[in-house]
Amino acid sequence: MTTVQVVNVSLPALSEGWSAEKDFKAVGTLSAATQRNLEPVGPHFLAHARRKRHHRTFSEDERIQAQQNVKKTEEEEDDEISEDEDPMMLSRDAKDWKNQDHYAVLGITKYRWRATPEQIKRAHRKKVLRHHPDKKAALGDRDENDSFFKCIQKAHEILSDPVKRRQFDSVDEAADVEPPTKKEAAKGNFYKLWNRVFESEGRFSKIQPVPKLGDDNSTFEEVDNFYNFWYNFDSWRTFEYLDEDVPDDGESRDQKRQTEKKNANARRKRKVEDTARLRKLVDDCAAQDERIKKFRKAARADKDKKRLEKEAEAKRLAEEKEKARLEEEQRKKDAEEAAKAEREKNKKAKEAAKNATKKNKRVVKGSVKEVNYFADGEASASQVDSVLTDVELIMSKIDAEELAGLAERLTAAGKDAAAVKNVYAEESKRLVGAGKLKEGETKNF
Amino acid sequence: MSDGTNGAPERFAIGISFGNTSSSIARINPEGKPEVIANEEGDRQIPSVLSYIDGEEYHGTQAKAQLVRNSQNTVAYFRDYLGKDFKSIDATPCHNSAHPQPHESTVAFSIVDSTNETPSTVTVSEIATRHLRRLKQSASDYLGKEVNAAVITVPTDFSDAQREALTASAKAAGLEVLQLIHEPVAAALAYDARPEATVTDKLVVVADLGGTRSDAAVLACRGGMYSILATAHDYELGGASLDKIIIDHFAKEFIKKHKTDPRENARGLAKLKLEGEAARKTLSLGTNASLSIESLADGIDFGSTVNRTRYELLSGKTFAQFTGLIEQVIQKAGLDVLDIDEVIFAGGASHTPKIAQLARNIFSEKTKILAPSTFTGAINPSELAPRGAAIQASLIQEFEQEDIEQSIHPMVTATPHLKNAIGVEFTTGETVEFQPLLNTETALPARRVAQYNAPKAGGDVFIRVCEGVREIKVTKPEPKPKEEKPKTEEDEDDSDFDSDEDEEEEIREIVWKTEKPIAELAVKGVKAGSKVELMVHVNADLGLQITAREVGGQNAVRGAVQAA
Repeated sequence: MTTVQVVNVSLPALSEGWSAEKDFKAVGTLSAATQRNLEPVGPHFLAHARRKRHHRTFSEDERIQAQQNVKKTEEEEDDEISEDEDPMMLSRDAKDWKNQDHYAVLGITKYRWRATPEQIKRAHRKKVLRHHPDKKAALGDRDENDSFFKCIQKAHEILSDPVKRRQFDSVDEAADVEPPTKKEAAKGNFYKLWNRVFESEGRFSKIQPVPKLGDDNSTFEEVDNFYNFWYNFDSWRTFEYLDEDVPDDGESRDQKRQTEKKNANARRKRKVEDTARLRKLVDDCAAQDERIKKFRKAARADKDKKRLEKEAEAKRLAEEKEKARLEEEQRKKDAEEAAKAEREKNKKAKEAAKNATKKNKRVVKGSVKEVNYFADGEASASQVDSVLTDVELIMSKIDAEELAGLAERLTAAGKDAAAVKNVYAEESKRLVGAGKLKEGETKNF
Repeated sequence: MSDGTNGAPERFAIGISFGNTSSSIARINPEGKPEVIANEEGDRQIPSVLSYIDGEEYHGTQAKAQLVRNSQNTVAYFRDYLGKDFKSIDATPCHNSAHPQPHESTVAFSIVDSTNETPSTVTVSEIATRHLRRLKQSASDYLGKEVNAAVITVPTDFSDAQREALTASAKAAGLEVLQLIHEPVAAALAYDARPEATVTDKLVVVADLGGTRSDAAVLACRGGMYSILATAHDYELGGASLDKIIIDHFAKEFIKKHKTDPRENARGLAKLKLEGEAARKTLSLGTNASLSIESLADGIDFGSTVNRTRYELLSGKTFAQFTGLIEQVIQKAGLDVLDIDEVIFAGGASHTPKIAQLARNIFSEKTKILAPSTFTGAINPSELAPRGAAIQASLIQEFEQEDIEQSIHPMVTATPHLKNAIGVEFTTGETVEFQPLLNTETALPARRVAQYNAPKAGGDVFIRVCEGVREIKVTKPEPKPKEEKPKTEEDEDDSDFDSDEDEEEEIREIVWKTEKPIAELAVKGVKAGSKVELMVHVNADLGLQITAREVGGQNAVRGAVQAA
């Protein structure tokens, strides 16, 4: 802030008798200041912040700012002049342009394929200013040799034409970075060393940007993407620059054609070689890449884990199956046993019933015998036979339960002939009522 | 060629003013002037509204129109909810749109923002992110370049939590917040960055009259640096208060004709609000505004007009509140209206001519009232904040984030400010005059240079550097008072102001008095008619270096005054 306020007020004249050392006299101090927050906004605040942070005074800050501004413009002008010119290069023959390093001639070897057209233009201009033949003559250089100037012009011609520049960049071995040996890479510089290689190789890629090698912490996708990119590398590299000169005299057309053919073959061969070289390079890198091993290991561990899990699962399933089978067997066995017991029980009950029936039959048959076949005195054979036939008939018509009832009643009747006869009569009557016996079928009851 | 520079994307910053009612985006155009960018619809004031229909997002004016039909899924007036908990927010402005709800420690809205029917809970941070993303998109589309950084303006009462929430929301929207700057300072910067502006020491009142709230701040502008001396806020006063007057006016007219109150019906009220706001804005430019609404209530179409006089009569009280806010902030800063050099009107409601005219009456003739109706060179009040932000963005765009943080660190911003003015005392015969050179509230360290006339006869000159204080001198009535207080209905608001000015016809002026002398110098042998240059440098520790010499002369008188 150096704007000057102009105040249109006249200062008073010095009064008589005032005097001080060096014409200055401090007579007071300032009142205490109030602390406030400045709003961090605006160019003047930024200047204030700069002064405060770097502990500069107003005039210092102004000077430094001014210097910085001046420096900037200067640097822009001479940033590329710093490269030394090799005396060997200065004495080059311009006819041998195919073997010359155009970037070195223009003094931009630190940029090479990275140099922008603007940088190339500026570098060329600077070199022309220095090496123009007229200038040399004016300086009294008796040499009169303008071959280096021709080199400069040739370099500019090639580098300023995008197609020609690509052709030169394709064979610019000075820009290549040798892949590190296994030993070098094993020292822990794997990423640093290989990254340089791939950065330099990446200049040939038609697809930009080229994926980076990354570092130890790269994810599987990144690494996979990186190697996929390099195994499917799409290169614009061509080898026309190394072509043999095609004779352009109209006489030997055959020779011309032959050279062209040879050139085309050589190009193709070189391209194949280059592709193979790159492939081997990527193979080498992949072989040394710890990350791939790591991922493989992780994948294997993952697989193992899955397999183990699967096995455990299978085992568990088998066990469950076995258990189910055993349970089923046990259940069957139990059921069988139960059925057997049931059968036994039935058999026994049947036998018991049979026995009871037998017994009842005996009782029934006996009952008539007890009462002497309803005869008074000795029963005749026919009498016995007829009664027994009747009893048999009744017995054949009734089932076990009724038989039991009959037997019971007969037992109750005991040896009373009339009662027994009565029981039989009732029974035959019931049977007749039920339609099982015909009236008069029993002769005695 | 195959140049593989694919590092971090280049920073491309814009200025954003993110308001409750509307937001703006601005950039510095290739000519170096700030310029507010219009969005796809051509709006420079983009309503801060988001609306969702069938999962489709509407933004700005389109979303605002949805307040009528789709109010439940329309989010508006959400800026002030950022970084606050539900208890401390004022939900009144959202009465007509999606209602805020408590959600964990923040505020959220329940809206149907996708194609499925169930409403989802969207936090206010997420809403802000979506809003900022749309603003970023509009700016990127306009500029044809991805915008990835911004300077955003915030009110002076924005808390740290709110700042953090806003920064996080912006980050989620893909915007790196370079800096959050205060709205009044951005407005002042927008004026001071005009090419015709010169760096002067001045006291500025920035009246930011927004849509739902109004803020005022007193800034001390010293050598291009700003310090806020006082702030005042009115959270209920704003464009909406003026809209309400228009709405009530038309509603009464409607009731008179049709016996129903359109304000009782939510949709009717929304329609009235939209149209009323448009009418109010029209009245800022023209003297007549017409309003016509189809099917306002009970299917009745309504059309009417209102003229500016009627509007100003109805709004007298509200206008007085605006001017009252300005007076309040000056009083809070411990200053007098006479101290104020500039009044900057910012915010949408500042377009209202009457408010600026009323302010004109409060201040003295020398005070510049920077509003469209009082000053022809005024910048559109709605564009001040975004312009200031854009200027700041262009200044710090190149800086590293760390650099910015260091620069806005309290270590740098907290500075001592002069309590009293430092100046030169002139004694001519009996009268003693004081000319301030460094004003009060100048941030230290500071340096000022001034040239004074030498006595006509030349010879030895005496300079007495003093501390001075200003006093308000009140002179009793004279036939023609130069300054007159506005005697309208706002009298009740500024009783404090009246107290020392009961008689209406007083002359009030600033008089400088010498408080205490600091140093005395003598410049000897000055030629007649030449000038004497005085340079005063005040250190942060209150020490002074004083240099005086004749302009063009070789010999300088130097001296230092030690700190107390």
